[in-house]
Amino acid sequence: MTVTEQRPSGEVGRDRRRKEDARLITGRTTWTDNLSLPGMLHLAILRSPMAHARITGIDVTAAREMTAVVDVFTGRDVADVQGSLPCAWTVTPDLKHPDHPPLAVDEVRFAGEPIAVVAARDWASALDALEAIDVDYEPLPAVLDMEAALADGAPLVHDSLGTNKAFTWVFDSAEAGTGGDLADALAQAEVVVRRRYVQQRLIPAFMEPRSVVVDPTPDQITMWSSTQVPHFVRFFLAALLGTPEHKIRVIAPDVGGGFGGKLQITAEEFITFLTAQRLHKPVKYTESRSESMLAAHHGRDMIQEVEIGARRDGTVTGLGVRLLANMGGYLRLLTPATPLLGRYMYNGIYKFPAHRFECTGVFTTTTPTDAYRGAGRPEATFAIERAMDDLAAELGMEPMELRRRNWIRHDEFPFTTVTGLTYDSGDYEAATERAMELFRYDELRREQQERRHRGDRVQLGVGISTYTEMCGLAPSRWLGSLGYAAGGWESASVRMLPTGKVEVLTGTTPHGQGHETVWSQIVADQLGVPFEDVEVMHGDTRTSHKGLDTYGSRSLAVGGYALVEACRRVVEKARPMAAHMLECDPADLEFVDGQFRVRGAPGAAKSITECALAIFAAHDLPDGVEPYLDADASYDPVDFSFPHGTHLCAVEVDTETGMATIRSYVAVDDVGRAVNPLIVEGQVHGGVAQGIAQALFEEARYDEDGNLMTGTFVEYTIPSASDLPDLVTDRTETPAPGHPLGAKGVGEAGTIASTPAVVNAVVDALRPLGVTDVRMPCTPERVWSTIQAARSANGGEPR
Amino acid sequence: MTRISMTVDGVRYDDDVEPRTLLVQHLRDRLGKVGTVVGCDTSNCGACTVLLSGKSVKSCSILAVQADSADVTTIEGLAGDGGELHPVQAAFHEQHGLQCGYCTPGMIMAAVDLLTENAEPTDAEIREGLEGNLCRCTGYQNIVRAVRAAAESMRTSVPSTPETAEAGAREGVTT
Repeated sequence: MTVTEQRPSGEVGRDRRRKEDARLITGRTTWTDNLSLPGMLHLAILRSPMAHARITGIDVTAAREMTAVVDVFTGRDVADVQGSLPCAWTVTPDLKHPDHPPLAVDEVRFAGEPIAVVAARDWASALDALEAIDVDYEPLPAVLDMEAALADGAPLVHDSLGTNKAFTWVFDSAEAGTGGDLADALAQAEVVVRRRYVQQRLIPAFMEPRSVVVDPTPDQITMWSSTQVPHFVRFFLAALLGTPEHKIRVIAPDVGGGFGGKLQITAEEFITFLTAQRLHKPVKYTESRSESMLAAHHGRDMIQEVEIGARRDGTVTGLGVRLLANMGGYLRLLTPATPLLGRYMYNGIYKFPAHRFECTGVFTTTTPTDAYRGAGRPEATFAIERAMDDLAAELGMEPMELRRRNWIRHDEFPFTTVTGLTYDSGDYEAATERAMELFRYDELRREQQERRHRGDRVQLGVGISTYTEMCGLAPSRWLGSLGYAAGGWESASVRMLPTGKVEVLTGTTPHGQGHETVWSQIVADQLGVPFEDVEVMHGDTRTSHKGLDTYGSRSLAVGGYALVEACRRVVEKARPMAAHMLECDPADLEFVDGQFRVRGAPGAAKSITECALAIFAAHDLPDGVEPYLDADASYDPVDFSFPHGTHLCAVEVDTETGMATIRSYVAVDDVGRAVNPLIVEGQVHGGVAQGIAQALFEEARYDEDGNLMTGTFVEYTIPSASDLPDLVTDRTETPAPGHPLGAKGVGEAGTIASTPAVVNAVVDALRPLGVTDVRMPCTPERVWSTIQAARSANGGEPR
Repeated sequence: MTRISMTVDGVRYDDDVEPRTLLVQHLRDRLGKVGTVVGCDTSNCGACTVLLSGKSVKSCSILAVQADSADVTTIEGLAGDGGELHPVQAAFHEQHGLQCGYCTPGMIMAAVDLLTENAEPTDAEIREGLEGNLCRCTGYQNIVRAVRAAAESMRTSVPSTPETAEAGAREGVTT
């Protein structure tokens, strides 16, 4: 069933326009950088211009003398109090976890690492004073290439570790008892395809640069931060800097995008906090875009070696994956875990009987990597979907047909895969059928054949990505068993005020997702109150103090569950009051559309809002009923959420110029039941755009000395409106069986699905020329060079 | 310090500014017009776009002193005196043309200028016209839809309502 056939009666399923928009379209938003407090000082941070160097001297005397400068300090000045930035995921017991001082003390390990801080009465004076700081560096060798970094005798990023290897993590289905032995499977395979794919380094590039304001009052220290994770920030400030947790309040006001890039405990947060404590004054730090590109964490940057064994009929028999993952100079919050979040997904939607996965994390003198939209899963999906296309080419089989022969059929769910995950639901056939219909798959294949036959200069490629992903992070027990420091539950508090209006506190922290709107829709249905009567509050540890924030497409999948449960408890708290007023047994009441009705007695009814007022007045409360109508609930998921879908992309490649242009793109996603289809569609649009950006446009590059060459939007080319196609989107709905609303996560799905669809299309266009891979991003230069290389390898003739 | 005078969102301001002060810094830091935001330092992102004497300009790319005697409209001055939204603002809301909203002030101001120059743009002209404004959330699709809807409503001068927009925005398969 496709969603366009549905006509929702309640709020859930309706294209509600967003509550958030009113302030955002009128410029009345509270971005952190908008805050101005009496006596507030402005920070500027001096950053290392070297990728790797010893700091042999810093002279801040001249800077201290400058007009309006209040304080200048270095890492050495705060070495005893600045702590070390946290890594929350000990992926292996022997994980190498070097100290990560917020301000470098003796050595810098990536260009952009903070070295010294100026606090001044105004921002321009702080910047001016940076120029007057004198730093002496003794250059050390840059370590950039992961494979070279692992070689014997390679220069070390951290001398004290004795190695550049952070960890090696292995999964073997034979050892785990979830499948057969990979070596046996490959030895017996009739065909083995081996490929090496490169996941280039990306920069999340949220539009709002990071900003922090800290106000150290004698009662409490308040931090406003442009973060996805205020609850995490408060915990780590308390745990690592010694200020008691109850004396810290962290607020994420309006946050201008994150995409995982603000899922971090940052050096800048620590530095601003320390400065405010040191000077007993409010302090603000806002990064420039150039600083953001250098110092906010990057994403991806992996080398993937994939081998698939199969029979001649296309049945896959084994999957081997070896990953090298670039950690950068230090481990940040989830740096080592990010590549491993993909490790359950390399098998995709296919029934592999044997699997081995190995991942090695490598230190280099580059900006640390960490979560970026999809975090591990886009990489996994890319590898398997690219490799399935390559296997199809090897077998001379239609790539969709190869997928059909190997995917989990809709009647096989729940299905336990070779990695040990149990996929709860899905209908890959339905999503694929719908996508192929919208895409006019067969017509495009015919046109492709005609162009190939004619030898057209512009060739047409068709790219497929049939994906699933695991999201809704995450079951606490699972996280704990894998060495993660926190849990994965979520909470909601719902309170009905005496006038019947409703306040909701959520532990999720939206930064563009529209939780205020979607949560209002859910509450409106659950309590039978108008959408407009619900106010949703989030992102402040003082008010919504119980929560684990927003990332990993978890907010609706986990937080939405808690919200439904909190509403149910509110109804149950109101029930005795309604029964008391109606002089009946509570069990005789049914609750429909906000009314308690006596079964079998039409007309006898009390609304929940009447109950709220009567409870508040407390003049005649039944025994045991408290004088307020509110409830808390939490939810710890028992398993992940498994959205899936089929994305199809048609690309025209000009074989003379190398220009690859997307001609059409169809995305049919199954995210279970959509609470707000308009918002779901927006998430898919944005997700697909970021996936296309990886395929065609974006790459963070370093020169041989470790200088970031893509440090501004001039060189790091995030796509503009004219670079992107109009997408055709639709959904199938296979409700998530374990969720009260049937909803699955959607925030990352588009990004996870789209990159391989685009690159498969580019490669598909060029296969007759002998091209088997194009390294991302598939820029005209790279496509052209790949074509030239293939032509010369084939003696100038098409294969 | 240089004395400048400018009208911003209908209010006249006289100030002494450092010659190096950018217009966007002047608007935000001196005049408190924080609805206009900064997204980059290379004039690529367009988040700081305002109207200067009716034409869109990236307010990070000119100095405050260059805007002496100018009439500046920011996102905060776009709605009517009674708070009624400009058709472009209304369309961004109705067509879900924003997510995090950080690029939105600049995007809306650029779109207003675009529609002043071309009342009936094609989708391709909209995409080209907004090339200088970057958005990381929406993939631009609903922004294009919003500008198209705003153009339509400005031509017909019938204010579109959420109800009519809801009916029109998602007919069958969405493109």
